[in-house]
Amino acid sequence: MNGLGLVKGLALTFKHFFSTYVADIFGGKGSKGRRGTIDADGLFTIQYPEESVVIPEEFRVIPFLVYTLGENGQRNYRCTACGICSKVCPTQCIWITRMKDPETGRPITGSQEFYIDVDKCMNCGTCAEFCPFDAIKMDHDYRIATYTRGETHIYPKHQLGKPLEYYAKIRPMNYTVEEAERAAKAQPRQ
Amino acid sequence: MTEQPNLDPTFADLLTEFPQSLELETRPGFVGMVVLSSTLIDVMSYLRDKKGYDYLSSVTAVDDFPEDKLEIVYHLFKTTGGGIIELKVFTQRDEPVIPSVTPLYPGAEFQEREIWDLYGVKFAGHPDLRRLLLWEGFDGHPLRKDWKEPFFEEDVKPYKSRWPEGKGVRIENLNPYHDNVQYPRNFDPNSYEPDADRSVYKLLESKIPADTGDFKVDHLVVNIGPQHPSTHGVFRMAALLEGEKVLALKPVIGYLHRNHEKIGERNTFVQNMPFTDRMDYLSSMSNNFGYAITVEKLLGIKPPERAEYLRVMMAELTRIASHTMSIGFLLNDLGAFFTPSLYALEERELILDIFESVAGSRMMCNYFRFGGVVRDISEDTLKRIKKLVEDRLPKKIDDLDHYLTDNEIVRVRCEGIGVLTAEEAIAYSSSGPILRASGVPYDIRKVDPYSIYDRLDFDVCYRTHGDVYDRYLVRLDEIRQSLRILKQTIDQIPEGPIMTGKSQYLVKVPAGEAYGRVEGPRGELGFYVVSDGKPNPKRYHVRAPSMINTTSLEKMCVGGKIADAVTILGAVDVVLGEVDR
Repeated sequence: MNGLGLVKGLALTFKHFFSTYVADIFGGKGSKGRRGTIDADGLFTIQYPEESVVIPEEFRVIPFLVYTLGENGQRNYRCTACGICSKVCPTQCIWITRMKDPETGRPITGSQEFYIDVDKCMNCGTCAEFCPFDAIKMDHDYRIATYTRGETHIYPKHQLGKPLEYYAKIRPMNYTVEEAERAAKAQPRQ
Repeated sequence: MTEQPNLDPTFADLLTEFPQSLELETRPGFVGMVVLSSTLIDVMSYLRDKKGYDYLSSVTAVDDFPEDKLEIVYHLFKTTGGGIIELKVFTQRDEPVIPSVTPLYPGAEFQEREIWDLYGVKFAGHPDLRRLLLWEGFDGHPLRKDWKEPFFEEDVKPYKSRWPEGKGVRIENLNPYHDNVQYPRNFDPNSYEPDADRSVYKLLESKIPADTGDFKVDHLVVNIGPQHPSTHGVFRMAALLEGEKVLALKPVIGYLHRNHEKIGERNTFVQNMPFTDRMDYLSSMSNNFGYAITVEKLLGIKPPERAEYLRVMMAELTRIASHTMSIGFLLNDLGAFFTPSLYALEERELILDIFESVAGSRMMCNYFRFGGVVRDISEDTLKRIKKLVEDRLPKKIDDLDHYLTDNEIVRVRCEGIGVLTAEEAIAYSSSGPILRASGVPYDIRKVDPYSIYDRLDFDVCYRTHGDVYDRYLVRLDEIRQSLRILKQTIDQIPEGPIMTGKSQYLVKVPAGEAYGRVEGPRGELGFYVVSDGKPNPKRYHVRAPSMINTTSLEKMCVGGKIADAVTILGAVDVVLGEVDR
C-alpha cells in the first residue's frame, strides 16, 4: 500500500495519451487509417460523419428485393411469392399477396404485393438465408433514420426493390458464387 | 421401461430407498424420475446429503394443457462432476401447491418465484413467494398454454395472415389507447395501490432489529435503481440501511420482461435462434451455442468438425469480449469513470469487428444453426483472428492487469467485499466466475464437456477468497485461458463442410426433452426444450445465469456498506436482458 500500483497504472494512461501523438507525428502517412483497427495505437475512435469504418460484406440491415431491368424498363423481380421468407421470419414482419391470373383467377408465379414492416424487422437475415431463388437479400444501407414512425415504416414492394447490379456491388463475393450456381442449375435445361 | 439394463446406479438406489414414491419416466424421449409431491423433500435431502447432488441447476415447469397436468422439473448435478438427475413432480392445473425446495437449495428461491409468477404454482414453505417478473396486479399466469394476451393472433408462428393473402396489422392500431396492456376485471386505476412495493418494504422493515441498544437508531429504506447508472440496466435494489450499513436487501427485477419463453414456444425451432441473441446481449454467440446443442440433442445430430471449431472460436471470443467489458465496468462502478472501461471496450470492438465479418452483425449474431453454422469463415478473417489473438490481445490483457490488479484503490475497495463461501456459492446455485472465485473449480467445459472442449488444453481458473477481487482475477485468468484455447483452435481448424445435411427452415424435431448447458461468460447457461413433434417447441426454458446469480446478492450485501452493494452487483456482472427475459 505505498501508492506504487497507482503510479504504475497512471503511467499506462499517460503512455496511451502520448502514443496518439507519436503515431500521428512519427507514424508516417496512413497512421490515421489505422485507427479502429488491430494496428491502432493510442486514439482508437474515428470521427464519424467525416470518416466511417469499412463495412464487411456480410453486414446486414433490412432486406431488399432483387430485380433485373427488362427491355422496356420494367422491373423483373426474382421473387416468386413462394412465401418461405414470410414463414421463416421470426417477427412475422413480411407479408405477401400472390399474383393471380386476371382471367382464370388462379395463382401464378410472382408477388402482387410485398410488404416489410421495418419497425419489427430485427435484421436477422433468416429470410435471405432460406430464399431458394436468391430474390431477397440483406442491404448495407444503415442510414435509415426518419422523422416519423408508423405507416412510413411499412415498406411496399417498389421501395424494397433494388437492382441486381446494386447487389453485385455490395456483396461481390456472394454474388459471384451465387451466379455461378444459378448458371450451373440453368445449364442442363438448355 | 423399468427393466433398463444400463440404469443409472443413483436411480437404482433411489428406487430401493423410496419404492413407494418414485417411478421412472416412461414416455419415449423423456428421462428422469417422477416423484410424489409428498415425498419430494425427502428424496431431495437424500440426494443432497447422501448422494452428493449438491447443485440444483434449474427448476422449471411444463404445462401439459389440455391434459389437467403441470410438471415441475428439477435438474440436479454434483459439483464434483458427473451426470444429471432429473426429477419431476406432477400436479393438477387447478390451484396447485407443492412443497418448496428453497430451504434445502436456497438457489431455487427466484426460480420458484418465477414459476409462481408465470405458471401459478404455489410453493408451500417458500420464504417470500411473490411475483418475480410481473406486477402484483397482473391478471393470470402467462406461460400457461390457455393464457392469451390482448389482440391475440394465433398460437404459433407462422401466422396464416401473412401468406398467400398477406395482410399484416399493427396491433397498436387496433387499440384505442395504442398499447396492449391487459388489466384484471374490475380494475380501477384511481383506487389501485401497487402492492408489489408495499410488500417489499414490509419485508425489509420486518428485519429491523427490535433492540438497538442505548441510543435510538433510525432505519431507512433506499431504492437503488431502477434508473441508476450503476445497475447496468433497469434493475432495482431495495435496501434497508442503518447509517451506511445494509441490514437487508431485495433485488426487484422484471422491468425488461418480455416473456422470452412464451415467444420461444410460439416460434418454430429455427425462428428462435435470433431471439436467443437478445437475451444476454453481450454474449450472443454463447446463447446460440447453448440453444443449438440442446436442439441437436433432440435431433440426434452432430455438426461437422470445422463447424465445431468455428463454434468454439466464436464462443471463446465472446467470453473475452464479455469479460473485458465486465472488468472495465467494474471499475466504473468503483468510480474510475470510463478510462478502464474504454480501454476494455477497444479490445471488445475488435472482436465485434470479427463477428461482423463472420456473422453479419456485431451483437445480434444469429450465427449457429442446428447441425452447423450459417456460413464459412474466410481466410482473411481467420488471419485477422490469428493476429488479434497472438499479437494484440495478450499484450493488452497484460496492460489491463498492470493497470488495475495492483492498484491500491481497487484492492481496498474489492478485497474482502461480498464474500461468498464455497458452500454458500453452491447452495445458491451460483455459477461461472462467482462460483469459481469461491474456490469451486466447476467449469462445464471440463466437468461435462460439450463440443470439442475435451480435446482442447486449458485450465479451470479458480480462486479461494470468494470476494469481488477474486472474481475480477478469475475473469482475468479466464481471458488468458480463452486465448490459449483460441490459439489451439486456429492452428487445428480443419477444412471441410460447415453443416450436417442441408439447413432446413422447418426442422422436424422428434418428441422428447433435452437439457443442454454451456459455460457462458456469466455461468451455466442451460436450455430446457420439450418437443411434442410439432414445428414449435412445447416448452422452451432458459436457465439464465445472471438471474440465478442475483439470488445470492442479498447474502453478499448484508452487513456491508451501501457503496459496496454497487461493486458487488458489478462483480456479479448481470445483463438485464437475461435477468428479466
